[in-house]
Amino acid sequence: MIKVIKPGLQTTVQDQGRIGLYEIGMPPSGAMDKFSYTVGNLLVGNQRNAAALEITYLGPVLQFGRKLRISITGGNIPPKINGQPVAMWETLEVQEGDTLSFDFVQSGARTYLAVEGGIDVPVVMNSRSTYTLIGIGGFQGRALAEGDELAVGDMHEKKVPVGTRIDPSLIPVFQKTHEIRVVVGLCSYRLTEESKAVFLESEWTVTPEANRIGYRHKGERLKFVERQQPFGAGSNPSNVTDLGYPIGSIQVPDGVEPIVLLHDAVTGGGYATIATVISADLNRMAQIKTNEKVKFVSVTLEEAIGARRNLRDQLMKIADAI
Amino acid sequence: MSDKKAILSPLPGVFYRKPSPELPDYAKEGDVIKAGEVVGLIEVMKNFYEIKAEEDVLIEQFVVENETIVDAGQELVLVKSQAS
Repeated sequence: MIKVIKPGLQTTVQDQGRIGLYEIGMPPSGAMDKFSYTVGNLLVGNQRNAAALEITYLGPVLQFGRKLRISITGGNIPPKINGQPVAMWETLEVQEGDTLSFDFVQSGARTYLAVEGGIDVPVVMNSRSTYTLIGIGGFQGRALAEGDELAVGDMHEKKVPVGTRIDPSLIPVFQKTHEIRVVVGLCSYRLTEESKAVFLESEWTVTPEANRIGYRHKGERLKFVERQQPFGAGSNPSNVTDLGYPIGSIQVPDGVEPIVLLHDAVTGGGYATIATVISADLNRMAQIKTNEKVKFVSVTLEEAIGARRNLRDQLMKIADAI
Repeated sequence: MSDKKAILSPLPGVFYRKPSPELPDYAKEGDVIKAGEVVGLIEVMKNFYEIKAEEDVLIEQFVVENETIVDAGQELVLVKSQAS
């Protein structure tokens, strides 16, 4: 059992996500940075889909009800056990009554706490992930609150020795400026040539609204090619006839402030999607803070698939070493 | 002994000095406030987080203006400890 003394800003239960229901309009939710989440589970010997806590910006204060192996991965929100700093990206052990707390965020935005066995909450549509917008999954469909008591599950498959670490060269470093790779399309033809260039050449600033649903970016206004809007499309030039939105797709309502749709976002609609963040970089997108800078870099589909393969190989390498 | 300190923002977001636009500021320069009292809000991800004094303090200066975007760890208010 884990008791929530203080909840942090937005701490939610997440796993790999509610996969396979996109066509009925259900976004997957799930860990925003799946690389860090997955390494967290590996370090405590959990099955791949065990639920962890996703901590955003401000850490919670948690008290453990029994001896347990844990790991803390992702953005650097420096963790402390009973007030003493402890390592991230390492298998740790807590004793009954130990308290985990965190210092102010140093780099990145989201930190994962994995516990041996996973966080046990009811499975809703194949997943324990919290989808706060409609209040399903996770702990009572919401972010953690003071006084909550979390049960620990049984999704444990391997005993990992305390002190196990991963190769330091495989630990991601999160800066304050970010290059995020995108595949241009599906509706990029709607932008003027000049605005296509502006989109890729600008340094965008992430706004305070950025959350699990989407990241909004401030910068120059983009212009769409003038046309008579087709049947079924809205009247604004940024509108198209409805389409499915890929996860990571970028829309620019009225040409103002591009929004990258993320894991809790609407699954389709009538805005032109001008590019899509490649799946390998969604993890890094999750570690971008409000007020940080983003540059979108165009890559080919082959490069995107290559990046995904590299990420999978890295995780395989980490799993083998543990 | 000098007891000058700064209250830092624990998270990035927009700093507000008042609970809503038509209400007065939580605190002014020169006020003495008690531990646990609110000096401002940080808005991020459509959440509002209250910034509180950790001990009884005299507010010397707000270094960040109302509705400014701040980074995590940035100084918001300079204060002087009132503990004896």
